[in-house]
Amino acid sequence: MPPATGAAVLRDAWLIAGKDLRIEMRSRVGLNQIVPFAVTVLVLFAFALDTDQEALRTYAPGLFWVTVLLAALLAIGRSFAVDLADGAADRLLLSGIDPIAVFGGKALAIAGQLVVLEVLLAAGVVLMFDVTVYRYGLLVCAGVAAAAGVAAAGTLYGALVAGLGARETLLPVLLLPVVAPVLIGATRAFQDAFGAAGAEGWAWLGLLAGFAAIYGVFGALSYGALLEEA
Amino acid sequence: MSTATASTADVGAGSTSSRATKVLGWLVLAGFAVLVALAFAWVPEDTRITEQGDVVGQFDAVRLMFVHVPSAILAYTGFGLTFLASLAYLRWRTDWWDIMAHSSAEIGVLFGVLTLVTGSIWGRPTWQTWWEWGDVRLVTTLVMVLVFIGYLAVRRIPADGAVQARRSAVIALVGAVNIVIVNRSVDWWENRTLHQQSTLIARKIRDETLFTLSFSFAVGMALFAWLLLHRFRTAYLERQIDELEVQEALKERWAEADPADGEKGRP
Amino acid sequence: MEHAVRLRAAVTLLGRFPALAGVDLDISPGEIVLLKGPNGAGKTTMLRLCAGLCPLASGQGWVLGHDLHVQRRMVRRRVALLGHRSGLYDDLTVAENMAFWARAAGGESADVEEVLGRLSLTGRLADTRVGRLSAGQRRRASIASLVVRRPELWLLDEPHAGLDQQSRDTVDSLVRGAAAAGATVVLATHELERIQVLDPRVVSVVGGMVRADRDGGRAAARSGSMSGPPDAEGDAAGDGGRCAS
Repeated sequence: MPPATGAAVLRDAWLIAGKDLRIEMRSRVGLNQIVPFAVTVLVLFAFALDTDQEALRTYAPGLFWVTVLLAALLAIGRSFAVDLADGAADRLLLSGIDPIAVFGGKALAIAGQLVVLEVLLAAGVVLMFDVTVYRYGLLVCAGVAAAAGVAAAGTLYGALVAGLGARETLLPVLLLPVVAPVLIGATRAFQDAFGAAGAEGWAWLGLLAGFAAIYGVFGALSYGALLEEA
Repeated sequence: MSTATASTADVGAGSTSSRATKVLGWLVLAGFAVLVALAFAWVPEDTRITEQGDVVGQFDAVRLMFVHVPSAILAYTGFGLTFLASLAYLRWRTDWWDIMAHSSAEIGVLFGVLTLVTGSIWGRPTWQTWWEWGDVRLVTTLVMVLVFIGYLAVRRIPADGAVQARRSAVIALVGAVNIVIVNRSVDWWENRTLHQQSTLIARKIRDETLFTLSFSFAVGMALFAWLLLHRFRTAYLERQIDELEVQEALKERWAEADPADGEKGRP
Repeated sequence: MEHAVRLRAAVTLLGRFPALAGVDLDISPGEIVLLKGPNGAGKTTMLRLCAGLCPLASGQGWVLGHDLHVQRRMVRRRVALLGHRSGLYDDLTVAENMAFWARAAGGESADVEEVLGRLSLTGRLADTRVGRLSAGQRRRASIASLVVRRPELWLLDEPHAGLDQQSRDTVDSLVRGAAAAGATVVLATHELERIQVLDPRVVSVVGGMVRADRDGGRAAARSGSMSGPPDAEGDAAGDGGRCAS
């Protein structure tokens, strides 16, 4: 029995991430369903705020991140549904791949999808809510850090509810309170990037990075305990 | 009270009460009656006269403190117990710790909701608002209650016992870590708090109020213990029922395997 | 390693239902064992228990020398389980699925071509998405993706179901080849005519227990199992119970 080395874990994580991303590119569920859903949510926010361009500009960062979180729920659910659809989840258990690699690979694939979604939604916010970006570096860093944090926490909770009944409704109940700090931090960082005074975006980036690190470590460590079952 | 009609103190025979818990239950009731009397008849209104001669304070609303503050502490006690019991479960994997985690989480949510409701009612006359987003403790408590409501939702889903116990334990651990992160981020989010930081330490509080508050802690702790004992025993009896059902099903299975031999049990 | 599989009073619960109600079974390395029995007898659960996917509620069990109570992860990476579901990704092609599972097993994918050829999955079919295959082709692809793992213990749940005659023969020859190479094969099936081809030891499972154990003409070493007449009835559907995963 060869012990799982760091290189093997990386290789397997990359294998899992590549598999998940390839399936998403093939099935286009993300492009055909999740992105239109997210854009629709943005439109609904505009309706709710009653064509008040000033209010939309002010609240654009928060609305943006609420939309990302809602879409992330779909992407996370989808990532686990693909494995559960025809018994591949069992086979992953039987493959002997280190649980840390499964966690890392799935989180990486979800984070990648979220970054793509964020780019599209950011364009949507700039066009529809009439915001101006002042700090591109902060915008990009906050976007990536928040995606990593949501993906790490989401992968952990996705695995927690996978195989349980009513998982579609359970995931939002469990995950949304947990990612509340991401919403706070990413919103403040984007406020700064959009030119709001006194938002201290880089400090909030630290919170986002810390969140991603904590949930990355925690998820990797506890994933084995979750997979050991069944 | 479920103990009133129980005729036996033997837990194994299907009751969740014993002589000790009955005494404890009556003590809680008596203590609560005394607490009501103290809070309404003995403790004066909260008023102070400022240097400008204005009369300020919480007035009658201060009496809510005797429910609100113990509730908050018991909620955190419940969640803390859940956290410790979950750790212990992952270490030793025994039903006892699993039941402990489940029972204390339920009681924690109960007191958490009570904390939020009483806090909200108290906030209306005192802060002139039902809810204050800028207050760290308020928002943290709300998120914590939501996390543990999710925890209880997972526990309510039928699943294999060990699977559910393990998943629940991980959720409790993540939830506890999360509380710290939420608390810090909300603190930075609105770097201010409306809560009185040091009511007790600064000795601004009257002796009658302080005594009644301490008394309310004692009553609250006793109530917590009483609830926990009964909830724990209920869950324990439920496990025993499960065990009996499995034994019954096993006998049916043996009968299925060998119709002639089934009644005698395993060959 | 004296036994490939050794179960002692093994009980496995699906919820509160004892799918396995005290199984005693010894399987030697290199044996071919056929599990038969009515629907709901516990055949599928027995295979999943041996794969390390279902926990033991009580009793003892060892698979390939690993204790099922504490070393299920060690068991998992050394066995292959063909379940009722394909274990494949609909949106990947047959070849991509093969490559993924071969790399996931840490093995080289050199013999992928050969396996696909034996199961008639070459050419255009290899580049077809699994979601567009017929049920039989899908089953073949599922079997092929197991073969590339070179497992030491094969656990096959209704391996012949939904296959044409040619593919059934291929499955049989794969099974015999694996056994000849030293692997152990346990299959649950109701296709009792395959007994002639595979010449297995037949184990009858009823009510979550081993009811009868008979050598199909083989002189395989075994111990601690009951003997008796074989059960007449097989069942087509198999039991669909599975542990939560």
